[in-house]
Parts: sequence; structure tokens; C-alpha cells
Amino acid sequence: MGTRALVMAAYLLLPLPLAAQETDNENPAGKVVYDRWCAGCHGTDGRGEGPGALTMLPRPRDFTRALYQVRTTGSGELPTDDDIMHVINVGMPGTAMPGWEDLLSSQEREDLVTYLKSMSRFFNSSPPPAQLEFSNAPRVSDDRIAEGAEIYEQVECSKCHGRSGRADGPSAPTQKDDSDLPIYPANLTQNWRFNGGGTVEDIYRVLRTGLDGTPMPTFSDLIDAGVITDDQLWNLAHYVRSLSPEESPRIREVITAANVGDGEGGLPTSPTDERWETVDKFYIPLVGQIVVKPRWFNPRVQNLWVQALHDSADVAMLVSWSDPSRSPNEEWAPFAQQIVEAMGPKDEGSTWAPGAPDQLVVQFPLTLPTGMERPYFLQGDARRPAYLWSWRSDHDRAVEMVARGLGTGQEQPASSQQVSAEAAWADGEWRVLFRRSLATPDSTSDLQMPRATVVPVAFQAWDGNNGEAGNQAAVSTWYFLALEEPVPVTVLITPLAAFLLTAVLGLVVVTRAQRREKEIPGRN
Amino acid sequence: MLEISGNKGLVAFASLFALTAGCGGGEAGSGAAGGDQAAAGVVVEHPVDAATAGSVSGTVAFSGDVPTPAAIDMSDEPSCQEETGGTAVSESVLVGSEGGLANVFVYVKEGLDSSLEFPTGDPVVLDQKGCTYLPHVVGLSMGQQLTVRNSDEVLHNINATPTENRGFNRSQPQVGMEFETSFPTPEVMIPIRCDVHGWMDAYVGVTPHPYHAVSDANGVFAMDRLPPGDYLLEAWHELYGTTTQSVTVEQGGTTSVTFEFNEAMAGQPVPMGPVLVVDHTTGTMHRTIPRL
Ligand code: HEC
Ligand code: HEC
Repeated sequence: MGTRALVMAAYLLLPLPLAAQETDNENPAGKVVYDRWCAGCHGTDGRGEGPGALTMLPRPRDFTRALYQVRTTGSGELPTDDDIMHVINVGMPGTAMPGWEDLLSSQEREDLVTYLKSMSRFFNSSPPPAQLEFSNAPRVSDDRIAEGAEIYEQVECSKCHGRSGRADGPSAPTQKDDSDLPIYPANLTQNWRFNGGGTVEDIYRVLRTGLDGTPMPTFSDLIDAGVITDDQLWNLAHYVRSLSPEESPRIREVITAANVGDGEGGLPTSPTDERWETVDKFYIPLVGQIVVKPRWFNPRVQNLWVQALHDSADVAMLVSWSDPSRSPNEEWAPFAQQIVEAMGPKDEGSTWAPGAPDQLVVQFPLTLPTGMERPYFLQGDARRPAYLWSWRSDHDRAVEMVARGLGTGQEQPASSQQVSAEAAWADGEWRVLFRRSLATPDSTSDLQMPRATVVPVAFQAWDGNNGEAGNQAAVSTWYFLALEEPVPVTVLITPLAAFLLTAVLGLVVVTRAQRREKEIPGRN
Repeated sequence: MLEISGNKGLVAFASLFALTAGCGGGEAGSGAAGGDQAAAGVVVEHPVDAATAGSVSGTVAFSGDVPTPAAIDMSDEPSCQEETGGTAVSESVLVGSEGGLANVFVYVKEGLDSSLEFPTGDPVVLDQKGCTYLPHVVGLSMGQQLTVRNSDEVLHNINATPTENRGFNRSQPQVGMEFETSFPTPEVMIPIRCDVHGWMDAYVGVTPHPYHAVSDANGVFAMDRLPPGDYLLEAWHELYGTTTQSVTVEQGGTTSVTFEFNEAMAGQPVPMGPVLVVDHTTGTMHRTIPRL
């Protein structure tokens, strides 16, 4: 099931208070559909202040202002009907806005377009918008990408998006949207999260139109002024496209750690060792921690890449992720403060303070589970504790901990610390390399990792410069780390079945917690 | 199985469960007219006979402790640093040696005959030089052309965020680039900012008539060619908000007026957006663009 399907499922299950309305003369068809499906976020009056709005950044759109990001028209122009229809159909990746194509009939979606337009006077008083003329994408080539890279620097996209495209430009900490809320430049290495779509055509279109209501301007003026040609703008689009993987990353539940044996050089000892280039990368998406209070709806670390190797004695795990800044960083403190304020009404008590570091926790069960019994995915509980490798950017070292619930981790005494970590931050990316021996002398406080086993593993990440601290983190579900032997491991099969089950159980837990939340009177 | 493209779904998922009944009311849209485009190229004579008109000569005074303008760090932009001599300061409060407050937008808010039709006036330039908007506050009549120019060798984006007019966000990565724009609907004020340089901001005031002015470094401003009569003038400042003064303009005369701002006015809400210019005799408003 896709995440969006989950959203839909959740939405369908909700007894929305507004669902009972019938169409009549006073309620145009679009209003009924809108009140049922859109008002929860966008508000019945369309001002973007629905009951769910405060948990979202960017906030749901205020339709009375008629500012649309995904358009085929110039900056400041209204969208065409087809533009609005398109975004309703596919949603806006990287934001809370879901797509509705599979859920609503085409008549319903057309009614919605009409209804959304009726919410702003601009649609009545302005002539129909003129579509920009878009040329066709030229075939990509290395030369085009290379020229695009030059234009990227020449036009100074890097001021906001950073040299590497990871949203780490010098102007990034002061970006705000039209509601004066903090906003990040897009991470150009993750095109699957682009609001307007991730194809080279989508990128070209965004460069021509800009994303109105955000700091992202139109670059059409460059063509008109002869600074670059239309063809060169395509090269720029091709370059931006080339910063992301060819295909959106897929989730694989089992992270394999190949056995490098006692071959040449042994395990890499540095996070920047070139040998990591050839090691399989596993994509781990994270979500905000929304079970334990204070919750966190705005996680900055959206995903991690994990690579692992072992040599029968030690395991080496490299975790890398995009983070535009190395926390703490004074320049980012005001940004973090704004994020905390923006999320304040819903986060029930931020513990963030200036100086908060970036953190990463790699979580295992304290003892190898038999069958499906794994600790609770948020750092275990009293019955099944979790064993953690906890790294923070301000101490720049990792420690072993045992936790019995989120935030309860107890650092093991110095004499029994066995994990080591080496971290490197460059161009908006953290790379943290953890190492530990598979077997340790502390057999009761450290997870032992016998050869040829499959070990449950989960991750939690904090970006201090995004207002994250304490329980307010990005979290993953359980994955597996398979310590491969030269012979393929067949042990994998049972844990996979177990994974499926726990994924479902985890969802039920989250759902229940949220339901309870809902039932508390006076809260919205 | 799970094929997650980013976590947006789960955020949405989470928030859906936070929904509760009882969303607040409120009306949609302001229902006001606007967005009309001026028919370009038609010349309108100034409807007020200069011989019978009067003028206003004013000062904006500031009392209280003058805040020290914050220094702007342009070290990331060496060419701008050089252009400004490395001494750039925030323009949000500039008080002259005589105690005059600069960058105050003053305009006729009430009392003008709403049937008068004015020429839109000559184009006004908003320059970007030394990573600073020149001028910091601009007055325009609706439909009047604004030329936005980049005199710097660095990228600027020009992000206008009006509520009554359509906003835009355009980029000028090269020295000498220019574009032209205009605002068809009165609005006091329209913020303009550069997102590349967080300190760069400007404000544009758009009125349905040419009776607007911006106070200079000594807090001085003037308005000419006003038909004799009683007017309410409003003065707007980006930090201290608005204050008004009544004036009587006589034929051939110059009426003096002083606006007072003081430090205690900081922190009050600064009105932004729609502006209604009222004609007392007819009770009508200058709302839409004049027929040209
Ligand atoms: C779960 C919350 C949520 C729901 C439900 C939702 N939206 Fe949105 N929507 C958003 C958010 C958040 C944004 C703003 C994203 C941004 O600014 O990047 C948005 C933006 C939009 C936009 C602006 C598109 C653009 O080009 O800028 C449109 C149109 C829209 N939504 C239509 C709808 C319609 C129609 C529905 C109901 C069928 C709906 N939305 C339901 C959260 C939601
Ligand atoms: C003033 C800062 C700024 C500059 C300069 C800038 N961008 Fe952006 N860009 C942004 C912001 C902020 C966003 C994210 C908007 C959002 O999340 O809604 C963005 C989003 C994007 C996106 C994602 C589009 C989508 O559909 O979500 C792409 C691609 C992009 N920019 C490319 C570029 C390129 C290429 C350049 C240079 C030609 C550039 N940007 C210059 C601020 C900037």
C-alpha cells in the first residue's frame, strides 16, 4: 500500500463533521465535495486554517489569495483550470497535500476547480490567464548536464539551494513564505519530493513559472533578457534532474551487510572512504514522532541512507542524510526559533533551546528476539528494552545506551562503551560511520550479533537547527540488518513475515494514540 | 510493499487524526473589485488647474530615543559590501539630525473629489544597488509604471507580496536587467523583498490619485497641485504604523503639517493592504482604476 493510499484510508474512516451535507441550490456541487474532503486542511472558508492546518509546514493553501505554485502561467498570473485540476489530481509531493484522482470522480474534481476559483475575487476580475509557451525537452547528454552545472553557479541558484543542491546555501536560513513562515529551499537531490513533480519537464516548468508564494522566483526573465537561451534553461533543468537518482528510491526491509572477510584493507575506517561508493545503499524514510508528547509534525530529516559491511569480527555501518546545516549554528538559531513557534500550537511543549545538536540514534533490541517479539519501535519499553548507539554532533562521538521507552536511554559506563563513531559534515550532508565488534564482553547490556543473523534495527534523527530536541525527532519503523555470510542467508524469510505483521501493528498503535488524542475535549 | 515517496503522506495521516469538530467561521474573499488592467498609452490631462491649486509642505517628526540602526553584514556579497563601504545599516528606522523620520509614506486618504481622473504619471525606478533597494519606500498611482532594475553584479529576486494586487517573484541574476510592472488596485503598502538577501526590503504605496509622498532623510515631504479643500492625510511607517492629520488647502497657498511618531508606537500592528480613499461630498471612494 502506498502512503497516499494510507492517507485516503484514514480519511475515509474519519467521521468528518461536515460529511452529511446534501447538494442544494445554496451549496454548489463543489462545496459539498470540498467540505467533505478539503475543509479539514484548507478550512471551510478556504483560508487554509482547517483544524489540521497547524500540524503542517507549509500550511494548507489559502484559496482566497489565489496564489498557486504549480502553474503553466507566468509569475503573478492566475493558474489555468487545467493547472488546478492537475494539482488536485496528483497532489503536491513533499507536502501534506494528497492527490485525489483515484478517490473523486472527474465531475467532482471539476466541481472543485470551479469552487476553489469562486473563493477568490481575482478569478472574477481578471482575464483568463495566458499559458506560457514551453518548448520540448531536448535529449539529455553529459554536455548538457555540464553546461547546466555552470549555469547553476552563474545564475546563483546555489545562494539558496547550496552548491550541492541540498538546501544549504548562505541564504537558506532566512527564507520565508508568503505567510511569513520559515521555508526551506527544495533539496534538489530528492526530486521525488518536488512540489510540482520531479521530471525534467516539471523542473523546466518551475524554472519558467517560479513557485508563487515562496522565495523560488521565475527565471523566464533570463530568456527574455538574453542572459541564457531557452535551450540553456533546459540544460539547467537537466542538471537539476541529474542531482537526484534516476529512479525514486525504493524501500527494502533488509539492509545487507556484506562480509568483506579479511580481504584487502578490511572494513573502511572513515565515513568518506571511497570504498563506500561501491557498497549497496538502503533508503530509510523517516516520519515525525507523533505518538509520545511532545510530538513532532515537522521533521527535517526525511530519510537516511544506510550502508553496512562486516568482517566476521566487526560491523561497520555508514548512515548518511541531508542536513543543510551543522547544528548548533548561531546563524540558524532564529530559523529554528521560528520553526518552534510555527509548530508550537500543536507540539505541546518544545524542549528545544539554542545550541541543540544534530543527533542520530541507531536502535536495536537489547537481546536478539525470538520469533516476532521486538521492542516497541520508539526505544522499547520496560519489558523489552532497546539497545542504542547514540551520536550527537556537539560531542562528536557515539555512546551505547539502554532505553526502556523514548528518551529514557541510560548511557552505559565508560568502561563498557564499545561503539565508535566518526562523523563528517560537508555540503549539506552528514555521514556518520559506526563501528562495533559483533561480540562484546558486556553480554547483558549490549546486543550480541552472532554471525549469519538478522538483527532488527531502527533509526531516529534530530536536526537541532530545525527546532528538534528531546522527543521531537524523525523516526523510522523497524528494519533488519542481515550480516551476510558468503552463502546466502535463508534465515531472512521468517523475519520478513514478522516485519509485515509489526508494520500493521505499528499503524494500529499510532492510530489508537491519535484517536485518544482526538477525544480529549477542547483540543484541536 | 510500502512504497513511500517522502513522508508527506504520514504527516497528513497524522494530522488527519488531529482534526476535531468546530472549525471557526469567517467569510471567504473580500469581494472587492480589482485587478483591472489600465488601458495603456492614453494621455490624460491633469484635471486640476495649477493656478487654482494649493500645496502641502510637511515634516515627519520623531520623538523619544532613536533606535540605533542595526548593521547589515554583507560579507557574503563582496561587491555589495564594497558598494556600501561596508557600513550598511537597516533602513527600518532612519532619523535625521533634526529629528525628522525618513521613509514615511504620506497620502491623501479623505476629502478628494472622487470624480477626478489623473494621468498615471511618469515611470518610477526601483533600483537594486549595493544589495539595497533604492528608494526604500516608493509611492505610485495605480497603473503607474514601476521599473525594477538590478545595478548589482549579483542575483536578486524581487518578491512582491500584495493582497489587493497580484504578487510576483522574479529574478535578475545579471547587472542591468530591468522589468516593468504596475499595480491596478490601490494598496498601502505592498512589501517587496529579496529572498537571496534577507535584509533587503522595500515598500510600495499605491493610491488612486497622485497625492502621495515619501519623507526624505530629514523627514520632509511635499504635495503639489491639490484642489483647495479639507483633507485627511495619513502617514505610514513600516515599524510605527499609521497616524493621520487634517489639513485645509487654500488656493495658491501652502499648508504646513507635522506628523509625530514616537518610540512607543513601535510594536503596534502596522496596517497593510487595502486602502479606501473617501470623498466626503459624495461619500464615494476611489477604488478602481480611472478610465484613461
Ligand atoms: C491533509 C491536508 C490537505 C488536504 C486534505 C487537502 N489539502 Fe490541498 N494542500 C494542502 C497543503 C499543505 C497545501 C500547500 C502545499 C504547499 O504550499 O507547498 C495544499 C495546497 C493545495 C493547492 C494549491 C496548489 C498549488 O499549485 O499551489 C490546491 C489547489 C489544493 N491544495 C486543493 C485541495 C483540494 C481540492 C482538496 C480536497 C479535495 C485538498 N486540497 C485537500 C493540504 C491539504
Ligand atoms: C531566493 C532563493 C532561491 C533561489 C535563488 C532559487 N530557489 Fe529554487 N527554491 C527555493 C525555495 C524556497 C523552494 C521551495 C519552495 C517550496 O517548498 O514550496 C525552491 C524550490 C525549487 C525546486 C523544486 C520545485 C518544486 O516543484 O518543488 C527546484 C527544482 C528549484 N527550486 C530549482 C532552482 C534553480 C535551478 C534555481 C536557479 C536557477 C533556483 N531554484 C533558485 C528558493 C530559491
